[in-house]
Amino acid sequence: MLRYIIRRVLWAILVLLIVVLITYMIFFLLPSGDPAVRLAGKNQTPQLLEQIRQQFGLNHPWYIQYLLFLKHAVLGDQYGWPGLGLSFISKVPLKGIIFSRIAVTAQLAIGAAIVWLLVGISVGILSALRPHTVGDRTAMGLAVLAISMPVFFLGPLALYIFWFKLGWLPGTGYYALGQYGFGTWFSHWILPWVVLAVLYAAFYARLSRSNLMETMSEDYIRTARAKGLTEKRVVLKHGLRAGLTPIVTVFGLDLAALLGGAIITESIFNLPGIGQLTVQAVGGQDLNTIAVITLVAATFVVFANLVVDILYAFLDPRVRFD
Amino acid sequence: MPEPLLEVKDLRVQFPTDDGVVKAVDGLSFTMAAGETLGIVGESGSGKSVSFLTVMGLINKKSAIIEGEVLFQGQDLVQMSNDELREIRGPKIAMIFQDPMTSLHPFYKVGDQISEMILAHEDISKKEAFNRSVEMLKRVNIPQPEERAKQFPHEFSGGMRQRAMIAMALSLNPDLLIADEPTTALDVTVQAQILDLIDRLQSEFNTAVALITHDLGVVAEHCDHIQVMYAGKIVEEGTADDIYYRPMMPYTWGLLRSLPRLGHDTDRLTPIAGAPPSLIFLPDGCSFSPRCPYVFDECRVIEPDLLPIDGHHAARCLLSLEDRERIVAQEILATP
Repeated sequence: MLRYIIRRVLWAILVLLIVVLITYMIFFLLPSGDPAVRLAGKNQTPQLLEQIRQQFGLNHPWYIQYLLFLKHAVLGDQYGWPGLGLSFISKVPLKGIIFSRIAVTAQLAIGAAIVWLLVGISVGILSALRPHTVGDRTAMGLAVLAISMPVFFLGPLALYIFWFKLGWLPGTGYYALGQYGFGTWFSHWILPWVVLAVLYAAFYARLSRSNLMETMSEDYIRTARAKGLTEKRVVLKHGLRAGLTPIVTVFGLDLAALLGGAIITESIFNLPGIGQLTVQAVGGQDLNTIAVITLVAATFVVFANLVVDILYAFLDPRVRFD
Repeated sequence: MPEPLLEVKDLRVQFPTDDGVVKAVDGLSFTMAAGETLGIVGESGSGKSVSFLTVMGLINKKSAIIEGEVLFQGQDLVQMSNDELREIRGPKIAMIFQDPMTSLHPFYKVGDQISEMILAHEDISKKEAFNRSVEMLKRVNIPQPEERAKQFPHEFSGGMRQRAMIAMALSLNPDLLIADEPTTALDVTVQAQILDLIDRLQSEFNTAVALITHDLGVVAEHCDHIQVMYAGKIVEEGTADDIYYRPMMPYTWGLLRSLPRLGHDTDRLTPIAGAPPSLIFLPDGCSFSPRCPYVFDECRVIEPDLLPIDGHHAARCLLSLEDRERIVAQEILATP
């Protein structure tokens, strides 16, 4: 087990190195303009450009810059550990920015995940237990509709209805819990959570329905009934345990991907998370920020994979590590 | 005559589908006495499993139309609510299934799965239930039952899993054990062990056993009575001797001829020509007529009744008894 985890962690680190390398290659091998020129602003002099290149390490070839990035990330830089350098646009250390951004994105992702797990899985279970009834068909029809509604459509629509027309919910923006109190914080999160969760809820409803239906037709469910167990126990203990375990895998990866930034939701609701930062960084050719975000997002995905695989071994006794 | 343990009267089980109504069991009647072993033989789709799943109440009533009576110790199981049936399943009637690889839950330990059944019906502590599971595993000859009880099904071999299923089924000392093709998925050597085990436990527990199989060879030495099913009906029933030495129905002949026999120089087994009939569009007359080598015109029009021959021996066939006796003597028992 321990050997397995160590091996997986080493692989994860290799994946992260490659992901950041590819980010650097794309940035430098594609003609994207000189970052120093952009950084210098309006009063450009050769001296200033040279000074900026020195300051941000842009005077080195790209692969040296890549290695310097790695060196600072591992060993830290003058702004502390992990050394993430400066944002090319705002010229402030990224370390503080990134962690405050992750906090916002995490609130969005975790809140939405709670919504979609509650809604998606319960709808899926109810549908699976009464397949082909009116309720099941309605739920699955709505799920198809929900899957076909992208956030960039649903978000503005929800804002228009619930904020602009009905006035039931406040508009966009981020209101920190500590600063504004629970009510303001919570009411501002409702729309982003729900809008982001709709697609996932629909997907999870369909997934848990089909998984559970398949499980309920397994021989061991028939055995459980033949044992004279109550139907409740057959479903809750024998059905759900086997039917919902595969969802753990999907959920781990979905949540990790969202922690790397929900670009559209954050943009629509004006939430200062990783996704919004990504848009700004890409627009401003802010190489260092892009590299840091890529590293952060990839780290979430790679380690979520690892956590899910280890968790799975505890949930399904047939899975064992060599 | 004492009240029979199980009395099935004119049982019909139909499944409405988009293509038509599947008549899986079509007017089935039989009785089982306490402690008796009944063999039910037939091809896939002959209704043998469905009829006993109906006895267990394991056919989803929403997807099937069930008519007739299933009297178990005088109570009609067809009319029972799910809660009442739950009291029957386990302590009164237990069932083991064809594929022991998939019949145990892969996520729970074998001992816990057995204890769960005991705990569902008896008010004892978990510890006591677990000890009884271990005791049962011992009785079905599983070595080191204490350790084995703490293992998961995937750590068991196929034969051991079926033993564990039998241990579970007998843990509440049921009056009737339904064994639905218990050896089909197992190696031949393991098959014999499992059948011998069922035999031994049957006498120890004094349990009646319904042994469902497609293999006439399996039921021969293990069953008091045999009924041969075809297209949802019994086409012949009798003692093992009746079925083996005096079969009176061409379908039974086909089953016998398709068995490999020792001491005969046969290069090939003789299959029954054709395929089992569609249970949606059953042929007119005798349902075996399209495949019967001895068919004559009336067979395609008149449906034969299950007529007694002697004692408990009965068969459905329009051929005269003399003709059938002649065919059995000349062709069936004499075939090399």
